[in-house]
Amino acid sequence: MNRSRRDFLERSGALVVSFGLPIEALAQAGQPATQDLDAWLAIATDGHVTAFCGKVELGTGIETALAQLVAEELEVAVGQVGLVMGDTERCPDQGPTVGSRTLQSAGPQIRQAAADARQTLLNTAAVRLGVPAASLAAKDGVVTGPGGLRVSYAELVGGGRLDAKLATRGRLKPSASMTVIGKPIPRVDLPGKVHGSHPYIQNLAVPRMRHGRVVRSPRAGATVAAVDAVSVAALPGNVRVVGLGNFVGVVADREEQAIAAAAALRVTWQGGAELPGAEALPAALKAAPATERVAQVNGDVEAALATAARTASAEYFVPFQMHASIGPACAVADVRPDAATLWSATQSSFLTRASVASLLGLAPDRVRLIWVEGSGCYGHNGADDVTADAALLSQAVGAPVRVQWTRADEHGREPKGPAMAIAVRGGLDARGRVVAWDSRVYSPTHSSRPDGAAPGNLLAGAELGLPRSVSNVGAGRNARPAYRFANDRVRLSLLEASVLRTSALRGLGSPQNTFAIESFMDELAAVVGVDPIAFRLRHLQERRAVAVLEEVAKLARWDPRPSPRGDRATGTGRGAAFVQYDNSGAYVGMAVEVRVDRASGKVRVERVYVAHDCGLIVNPDGVRNQIEGNVIQALSRALVEEVRFDRQAVTSLDWASYPILRFSDVPDEITISLIDRRDQPSLGAGEPATSPVFAAVANAVFDATGARLRSVPFTPERVKAALA
Amino acid sequence: MALTLIVNGKPYAVAAAPETPLLYVLRNELGLLGPKFGCGLAQCGACTVHVGDKAIRACAVPVGTIAAPVTTIEGLGTPERPHPLQAAFIAEQAAQCGYCTSGMVMTAAALLKEVARPTDAQLRAALDDNLCRCGAHLRILRAVRRAARSA
Repeated sequence: MNRSRRDFLERSGALVVSFGLPIEALAQAGQPATQDLDAWLAIATDGHVTAFCGKVELGTGIETALAQLVAEELEVAVGQVGLVMGDTERCPDQGPTVGSRTLQSAGPQIRQAAADARQTLLNTAAVRLGVPAASLAAKDGVVTGPGGLRVSYAELVGGGRLDAKLATRGRLKPSASMTVIGKPIPRVDLPGKVHGSHPYIQNLAVPRMRHGRVVRSPRAGATVAAVDAVSVAALPGNVRVVGLGNFVGVVADREEQAIAAAAALRVTWQGGAELPGAEALPAALKAAPATERVAQVNGDVEAALATAARTASAEYFVPFQMHASIGPACAVADVRPDAATLWSATQSSFLTRASVASLLGLAPDRVRLIWVEGSGCYGHNGADDVTADAALLSQAVGAPVRVQWTRADEHGREPKGPAMAIAVRGGLDARGRVVAWDSRVYSPTHSSRPDGAAPGNLLAGAELGLPRSVSNVGAGRNARPAYRFANDRVRLSLLEASVLRTSALRGLGSPQNTFAIESFMDELAAVVGVDPIAFRLRHLQERRAVAVLEEVAKLARWDPRPSPRGDRATGTGRGAAFVQYDNSGAYVGMAVEVRVDRASGKVRVERVYVAHDCGLIVNPDGVRNQIEGNVIQALSRALVEEVRFDRQAVTSLDWASYPILRFSDVPDEITISLIDRRDQPSLGAGEPATSPVFAAVANAVFDATGARLRSVPFTPERVKAALA
Repeated sequence: MALTLIVNGKPYAVAAAPETPLLYVLRNELGLLGPKFGCGLAQCGACTVHVGDKAIRACAVPVGTIAAPVTTIEGLGTPERPHPLQAAFIAEQAAQCGYCTSGMVMTAAALLKEVARPTDAQLRAALDDNLCRCGAHLRILRAVRRAARSA
């Protein structure tokens, strides 16, 4: 155990409950101190419980859900549980907070730790009280037994730190006995958020802290020819200019002084690559050098297509889109000659620590990364890059430095969600069943997260000329249809490079792939004149998949009939879509009702219906909040979002040039049916409901108008062109 | 010469240059961290505070031009005595990341001062320039309606 963690525990006089992760999981997580048996929970002398979690809160309410797991198994009130998240010195490395996997993978670990702690306390109480542990019960932080025996957790721990490396496991509560899991416990973070006191990274200040800003190249690949420090010499704030390779920044006493200095600093740039321009997509995606992969093959798709009664083909396109967090990225760094402390809103505390350590020339164990909540991130945004910015500037000026990106920095520099093109061919037999499905997905990578061995994955690292290491991942997420076809083939063209730097945006390739699959299923249903939900059910066997589609049909009072509807005068239509997220996660059935204004081309989504099965629900209101958020954010992506760029750089640099959905455009209602599977493991709910939205809207527009939209976003211009 | 500002009922002497946006003075000099920096362009509403009864974008208004008392989310209500909107945002669980929340609450508070029972169209129009990326819109609308009913 490292020193600061031991100090913390000794100060709090805590009972430490340790439990061992499987060794392979620890090795995978890169945790060096596997023999130490990591501590997950501490119980202080006042009975307060602290859980240490390697995953972090991204605004989804996961902190509350994890506290519920601890409270349930440890038999304490939710209010007694606090979480320490993402601190590299105090928390176990549970991997980055990605893929809607916190409740799915970290949740069971934390829940088991809490159960172990309860059993340990019962065993300790049994020794203290001289009765068998089996005769004791724990509730509300107190152990009670026969004849009025009673001792609190705090009293049991009272004598100081007790290290209880467990030999036996606590038994998890069966679902019938759960009293906290499954309850809509109010979020622990909301009071602070509505009173302005929540401690965001953007609010953090440390003693002697100065303010920094980075000045970046106006063109991809341009290099610094000259930095004219004289241009800021007369400005107030003890301005320091930092130039390291192509990394250029300023540091000043006050924030507005740093902003002024960054604006005034004269930097001469030279060279740089020409971008193909946004109008070159999607053709450029299909022509780019790529590694070819076959994700799935069943039967002989070419032969089946050749003999099919009917065939169809279509191509779908989704442009580069961005996370567009409301708060631009921010970090604080205090870099000393032999050690550093980073305060960061990263999703990947341990990877980012390793990567920044490498950038600074320090060993990772000399760097502590303390995670602090940021603005919602929805994937890999600027949070890691700004951490590197602050660290380099702090190292250069020898003082703690805070950097907050500008709006143009965030819009322009955050890694983008990749543009994707998906081509599909399908064949139907005489009975109207799909007998051939052939798809090909063209995509840049969906992940370029920080890497300790490749600090060039960080913007500042690339500017210093350090190595970059990115492999193409995420394009295959939901590329394989959940439907069962006699012959199918799914191929991935994994692009070796990208016009714009890309990384994980909510759902990775899933929303794009689901757009293609669920639109094309709709197109095939229309070819044979069958109701779109009935057509899907013909090809779907799995019980839970069928259940969400049947449930959403009921919820939406779905009228079984083929699309498009006969009467197109009203401009109204309905569309459906389905996903099992990542082919192994939560199941979502969705239906939307739209109104299309034929004159303007504007699509308004009026009502959305969602049937959602994410296994055991820990906090139903938290799940509903996630579903609503996924739906609205994905509607925004479906209707208005496209990153623009010219031959030099991204030109979507503010909310006017990259609009998102506003209050006047959000649906009137989102109606949700949660299917709670108390006997099944929890599946993440942070992304799945994003995936079906693009197709559900396109299918509804088709139902309303007979026009098929195959390119996101569905702007009025595109809709008018499709209607013409 | 130092500027004087009245914020949340208290007078403050301000050291910043008069052209400094009000937001930096509130956050960095007065330690009022409720208003957030979102864009610096008066486009997103995360920095919304009241000057007098009016909701303004603190990121784009120079501190030297402020001629009326300023109210931030910290001055609107406290955990002990929350403003009806703050209570309603908690009751409706009307946030996710919460970065836009204080701007939402301040914009809605200015609206409710002007129109005690706004129609749905008035409500959506008033909040239209406050951006939320998490998609808490429907909850936020419910919260404002709840506060209007309770006021």
